[in-house]
Amino acid sequence: MDWERIREKLEILSDAAKYDVSCSSSGSKRVNKEKGLGDTNGMGICHSYTEDGRCISLLKILLTNHCIFDCAYCVSRKSNDVKRAGFTVDEVVDLTINFYRRNYIEGLFLSSGIFSDADTTMERLVRIARRLRTEQRFNGYIHLKAIPGASEELLREAGLYADRLSVNIELPSDQSLKLLAPDKDPGSITRPMSYLSGAIAAAKDEQAESSKAPVFAPAGQSTQMIIGATPETDRDILYKAGSLYSGFGLKRVYYSGYVPVLRDERLPAQEAQVPFLREHRLYQADWLMRLYGFRADEIVNDEAPQLDAAIDPKLSWALRNLDLFPVDINTAPYELIVRVPGIGINSAKKIVSARLFGRLDWDQLRKIGISVGRAKYFILCRDSKPRPGDLQAQTIRQRILSQAQSKFVNQFTRQLPLF
Amino acid sequence: MTMLIYDGSFAGWLTTVFEVYERKLPTVHIMAADRETPDAFAARMQVITDEAKAARVWNGILRHSSPDTGEMIWRAFLSELAGVEDTLLVMVRYLFSGIADAGKNYGHPAVLETTQTARKVWREKHRMEAFVRFRRLGDGLFYAGVEPDHNVLPLIAPHFKGRYADQQWLIYDLKRKYGIYHDHATGEVREVNIDTGEGQRSNDETLLDPSEPAYQELWKAYFRHTAIPERKNLKLHLRHVPRRYWKYLVEKR
Repeated sequence: MDWERIREKLEILSDAAKYDVSCSSSGSKRVNKEKGLGDTNGMGICHSYTEDGRCISLLKILLTNHCIFDCAYCVSRKSNDVKRAGFTVDEVVDLTINFYRRNYIEGLFLSSGIFSDADTTMERLVRIARRLRTEQRFNGYIHLKAIPGASEELLREAGLYADRLSVNIELPSDQSLKLLAPDKDPGSITRPMSYLSGAIAAAKDEQAESSKAPVFAPAGQSTQMIIGATPETDRDILYKAGSLYSGFGLKRVYYSGYVPVLRDERLPAQEAQVPFLREHRLYQADWLMRLYGFRADEIVNDEAPQLDAAIDPKLSWALRNLDLFPVDINTAPYELIVRVPGIGINSAKKIVSARLFGRLDWDQLRKIGISVGRAKYFILCRDSKPRPGDLQAQTIRQRILSQAQSKFVNQFTRQLPLF
Repeated sequence: MTMLIYDGSFAGWLTTVFEVYERKLPTVHIMAADRETPDAFAARMQVITDEAKAARVWNGILRHSSPDTGEMIWRAFLSELAGVEDTLLVMVRYLFSGIADAGKNYGHPAVLETTQTARKVWREKHRMEAFVRFRRLGDGLFYAGVEPDHNVLPLIAPHFKGRYADQQWLIYDLKRKYGIYHDHATGEVREVNIDTGEGQRSNDETLLDPSEPAYQELWKAYFRHTAIPERKNLKLHLRHVPRRYWKYLVEKR
């Protein structure tokens, strides 16, 4: 094998794939049949972390970065002067298997530039997945990108081999997409999304009736949107995400803070900072929607169209809804306890379980792992003292901010280099 | 105060619990033989591991709690943290006190500590499943040496067995001097105990499969290029990949 050439291609094609932030390998349970290779256990494993702190779970590469499209935000766009390369089917299969056998990865995340038409590109991706599943008897994780405009037949076959499929929505609104990706029409993105959502739901139903029914993308579909490249508010973004969750049953929406790598008058200047903090707050809000039972319009709305940068969205919501507090930890339902700032899902579950044995006090709550410094403004427990009059939202906010010295401040606002 | 010395095995600890009840010992301090710190003022008693006594205690635990609580006690035991045997004894006494669902009372100090210790061990189990890096040796064996803080090989064995069913592999605990070996012909995982420099096997370049260095180089190249320099955040990186694990990781050496 020409190792040097393979390495060069790997460098080019992982460089080109890295802006797709998803690296999840969870949500699929594939057992290792008849001494094949690999399994997926449902939880997902991060085998390493990049120096920017992101999980490395999958071999995330493009099949090729040759592309006929000219999307302004994309490094692989036609008009960009970058080194181009393409893997053969064999090379991708060999890399995946050999990395997997050494326990480097959970599987493969394969995307591609659109090197001719959508179907030709999609067919090549599907062929690799088929080879892995059939010839190599590989049961590890496979995430395939569904190429916008690909035919339903190919999407159908992709779903039979892949654990997850994703079509990137790219930008939070159709107007922005038209502006920055003139070759992509919004319909070519939502059509495959809608097809996949139907096929995934149908396969789930069939599975429920018979475990012999074929699985179809058991880890569901996800998408990504770039934030900070276009003028949408957090409200626009989260409403869009909310509608994708409810409308297409997406597993995850990823938010990718725009990294200004390209010069284009339609985009932020190359000197612009990556919006780390905004991205972080959007992910927090996303968790609230997916796991904590919040609706998008509780987190952001016309009165509060942007997330508060200084405090997390749950605290922000609680401060806007002080009339719901304080809640009594020893009697309130789980759904309300989990909404208290400073109490996470695990702690809320423990509280509901432990209080059956007696009324809980501050000391026990602290040991269970809640953040008393934040939660104390919102809860009552066994040894709560009567409160000295109601605190105002502004006062609570100030107190929490001053004592917490927001741990995110250092993490997300870097000093500009001097040169 | 009685010091109870056992052989360090889980069955040994269960036997010790049996003796505590059998002899109605009020205050005890349980220690594994190889971690014993002498105490001149305490009575010392050697416990001989007895499978039958161990089974009686184990079944008692399951009867008074649930399989989940039993599993949690085992995991906490594998932590090998100083004093964990005593905490688990308090836990067992509380379970045996007859309070329904006692194992779920996280307000009780022993229950909470057991849960938290078990979680610590589980976290390391998960990390080992992530950070084990096999090297392919010339004879086809995939080898990995590890030095986990807790005794997690028994916990990770099922994962690797299920995943690499068609592969011959060995994960060796260099600290505790034993390994788990999967023979793909029989499909069995068994404990192996080779004192003679088993840990050095993979470091000997001549033993590696000829393609091994090339795949390691490819993996390193991938690791470098999948990072986004504009987002560099070493603090976050270090939180996820603590330095003490770097020695296993091809990409961090």
